[in-house]
Amino acid sequence: MGYKIYINGIGSISAQEEDLFSRGSATIYRENIFPAISPNYKEFIKPMALRRMSKAIKMGVTSAKIALKEAKVEVPGAIITGTGEGCKQDTEKFLENLLDLDEKLLTPTSFIQSTHNTIGGQIALNLGCKNYNVTYTQNSVSLETALLDAQMQFNENPEIGSILAGGVDEISEKITSFQKLDGQLKLNPIKNLDLLREDSTGTITSEGAHFFVLSKEKKENTYAEFQSVSIKNVIKPETIINEIENFLAKNNLNSTAIDAVILGKNGDNRYDYFYKNLQRKLLKNKPQLAYKHLVGDFDTASGYAVFVAAKILKTSKIPAILKLNNVDCKIPKHILIYNQYLGRDHSLMLLSAV
Amino acid sequence: MTNLHTELKESIIEQLNLEDMEPADISNDEPLFGDGLGLDSIDALELIVLLEKDYGIKLTDPAQGKEIFVSINQMAQFIEENRTK
Amino acid sequence: MNKSVAVTGMGIISAIGNNTAANYNSLISGKHGISTPEVLKTIYKHLPVGEIKISNESIAKKLNLPENHSYTRAALLGALAVKEAIFQANLKLDGDTGFISGTSVGGMDATETYFKDFSEGKTDNNRFIRAQHPGFTTEKIAEYFEVNGFVSTISTACSSGANAIMLGARMIKTGKLKRVIVGGTDCLTKFTLNGFNSLMILSNEQCKPFDENRKGLNLGEGAAYLVLEAEEEINGKPVLGRISGYGNANDAFHQTASSENGEGAFLAMQKALKTAGIPVEKINYINAHGTATKNNDKAESAALERIFSNKLPDFSSTKAFTGHTLAASGALEAVYSLLAIQNEQVFPNLNFSNPMLNPGFIPVTNLKEKPIDYVLSNSFGFGGNCTSLIFSKNGI
Repeated sequence: MGYKIYINGIGSISAQEEDLFSRGSATIYRENIFPAISPNYKEFIKPMALRRMSKAIKMGVTSAKIALKEAKVEVPGAIITGTGEGCKQDTEKFLENLLDLDEKLLTPTSFIQSTHNTIGGQIALNLGCKNYNVTYTQNSVSLETALLDAQMQFNENPEIGSILAGGVDEISEKITSFQKLDGQLKLNPIKNLDLLREDSTGTITSEGAHFFVLSKEKKENTYAEFQSVSIKNVIKPETIINEIENFLAKNNLNSTAIDAVILGKNGDNRYDYFYKNLQRKLLKNKPQLAYKHLVGDFDTASGYAVFVAAKILKTSKIPAILKLNNVDCKIPKHILIYNQYLGRDHSLMLLSAV
Repeated sequence: MTNLHTELKESIIEQLNLEDMEPADISNDEPLFGDGLGLDSIDALELIVLLEKDYGIKLTDPAQGKEIFVSINQMAQFIEENRTK
Repeated sequence: MNKSVAVTGMGIISAIGNNTAANYNSLISGKHGISTPEVLKTIYKHLPVGEIKISNESIAKKLNLPENHSYTRAALLGALAVKEAIFQANLKLDGDTGFISGTSVGGMDATETYFKDFSEGKTDNNRFIRAQHPGFTTEKIAEYFEVNGFVSTISTACSSGANAIMLGARMIKTGKLKRVIVGGTDCLTKFTLNGFNSLMILSNEQCKPFDENRKGLNLGEGAAYLVLEAEEEINGKPVLGRISGYGNANDAFHQTASSENGEGAFLAMQKALKTAGIPVEKINYINAHGTATKNNDKAESAALERIFSNKLPDFSSTKAFTGHTLAASGALEAVYSLLAIQNEQVFPNLNFSNPMLNPGFIPVTNLKEKPIDYVLSNSFGFGGNCTSLIFSKNGI
C-alpha cells in the first residue's frame, strides 16, 4: 500500500454559494443552463493577467489559489487539471471569427486561450510552478483521472509533499446550447431543485471549478482522507454492483462499511437505472445523496461531490437538501461517490474521515 | 494630440481588453511594452492585425512590430507614413 | 524488477506513410510529406502542410464503418494506427487493457464543419455535437476495439502524445494496468491552421528545423500508438524497445513562448535522465522537438546545451518530414525513436543548411548508421508543458 493522502485545501466555485452547509438553503435557477457564482476575481488575479481570461481560467486560477491558501502550500509538487471541454468560450470566439471572417484577419488571443491545457498552464504561470503539469480531457472522468494521477505521483516520487488537482468547466453561449439539439439537455426549462423528480430525458447544466490540495501530511484542518478512485469507460448495468464490491474490496472494505453514497443522478431517465440498481439493492439502507440539482451536470461536476463528501466527513453534518432518502448517519466515516454520463465514463471514489 | 492618437488609444484599450483604462491614462511617449503599459508579445500580434484592419498596413514579420509599437507617438507616425486607408 | 516498460507493438499514419514500414522507408530515403492542403478545405491553399492524402470516406471504408458513423478525422486516423499496433502486439483486449490518447483539438474538424448548422438549430448531424470533447474522439477509437476499461485523454497541446506514453508507462510500472495502448492523434483543421497563422509562426516554405534562417513550422496531421505490456504479459513476444525514462515539467514562463534558457525543456530532460538512471553520455540520439519556429529551436538548443554541454550526441528533428502534428508528434516520434534503435540508424534533419548563430548546433542531415542504445525524444507545448521520453534497446 502507498501513502495516505489527505485533502487539506479546497477551492470550490459553482452555481451555489459556499455557505450552503451553514445556511442550508440553495440558490434556485429556472433555466436549464445557468452560470457559476463568481467571486471577486480581482482579489486573486492581477488586472493585466485577468483581462484576457475567460471564465474557465478565472475560476480555475481562483479556486486553485483558494485551495492552496487554505492548505498553506505555496508551490505544489504537481498541478493536475481535468476539464471535459476546456476553454469553450475562447474556442467558440475563435471559431466564430474564423467562420464569419472567412479565415481572414484573425487575432491569436482566443486561439491561444482555447487550448485545453490553458487552465493548468495559467495556474503554473501564476504560481511560478515548474513541476509536473498535465491536463486530462476525458468527459465525465476528467477530474477523476487527475486525482488518479495525483495518487500515483505520491507513490512514485517520495519527495512530493502536496499536489494541486482539480477540475474546471465553463459554459459558452453556443457550444453549450448545442446540447439541446442532441438530447443532452432537457428541452423545457425546469427549476433546478426539481431535477431529481423529473421523469424525462436530458439534464440541466452549469459550470464550476474545484481544486483540491492533496498532501501526505495530516493537519489540524484536514478535511478527509482521499482513499481511492477507479475509472471505467463502459460498465454493463447489471455489473455495476459487482464493480462497486470489487472497488471496495481493493480498499479492504465492504458495502456495510459505507456510511453514505453520493450519486451523480442528473434527472435523465435514460440512464437513471445505473443509480436505481444501487439505491434499491446494495446501498438500500445507506444515506443516499445527490448534488446535480444544485450545481447542474457538467464534465467536472463531480468535483462538487468530492467537496461535499470532504465537508460532510469533516463536520459530520449532512445538509438536508442533498438527501435522497430518510436514512440517517451520525458520524460518517466512509463515503462512496459514483458518477457516469450518458452511460459512459463511470467513476468510483472513496473518501474517509480522519 | 491628434485624432489619430486618441483613436489609437481607444482601439488599443478595446482590442487588448484594458478594462479599467481610459485614453487619458496612456501618455503619448510612454513605452507600450515592458515597464510602461506592460503589453506583451501576444498583444503585439493583436496590434499587427489592428494595423492591417484599420489602416491597411500589412506586416509580414512579427519582429517589425518591435520598432513600431514603441509608443503611441511612434505608432501614429508609422501609420501616417504608411496607411493605405 | 526491470525498471523499463516493454513496447510490443506500434502503429502509425502520417504524411510520409500509412503504416510503420512506409514511414520507415520515407525516413531512410529522405522523402518528405509536405504538400499543400487538398483534403482540408481552407483559403490558405498555398501554405505547406503535412497532409495525409486520404479522405475520411476511404478511411471509414477501410475500417468498415457504417455510413452514419460519428468518427472524427482524428478518430479515423487514430483507429488505423491503433489497428496496426494491436495486430503487431497480438494484443489481448480485456478489462486490464487500457487506452490513453493524446489530442489537442480532438474532433474540431467536425465542430468547425457543423458549427453554423448547429447555431441555426439544425439537428441533421447532431451525432457530432459532442465531438468538441477531446474525450469523444478517444472513446470512438476505444469503442472500435472494444476497450472498455481505463480510457482517458490527455490534452497538453503539442506534448499530449508524449504525456500519454508517459502515463501508460507509469500505469504499467505501478501495476494499475497489464496492457495499455498509448499515443496521440490530431488532424489538420481550419481552426489550428488559422490559429498558428494568427500567431505568425507558420512558414510559407518547407520548414527548416535548427537552421538560422528558419521561418516557422509546417502544420501536419497524423496518429501513432504504442502497445505497452507488463513483463509477465510478454510471454516470449518480440519486444521492440523499452521506455526507460520520462520527465514532465512546466516552463512557467509564458502562455505560448518558451523561455530563453529553455528551463521547462531542461527540467523535463533532466527528470527523464533521472528516471532512466543513466548519465547523459549514454544517449546516442536525440529526436528533438525542433518545430522550426524561431522561439522553439532557440529555447530547445539552449536547454540541450545546458544538459549536454560539449557532449551533444547526434540529433535531428523529423518535423520536416511530417510537419508538426501537434498532439500526435510525441507519439509519431516515439515510433521513429524505436525505429532508430531497431535499425541502428539516425534519421536526417531535412532542409538544414546554416547553423544558428548561437549555439550553432549542427543536426544530422544525412542518414547515419550506428548502434543506438538510448534515444531521447522531446515534446514541448503551449502552456509551458514540456515532456521528454527516453527509449532504450531491449536487453540492455
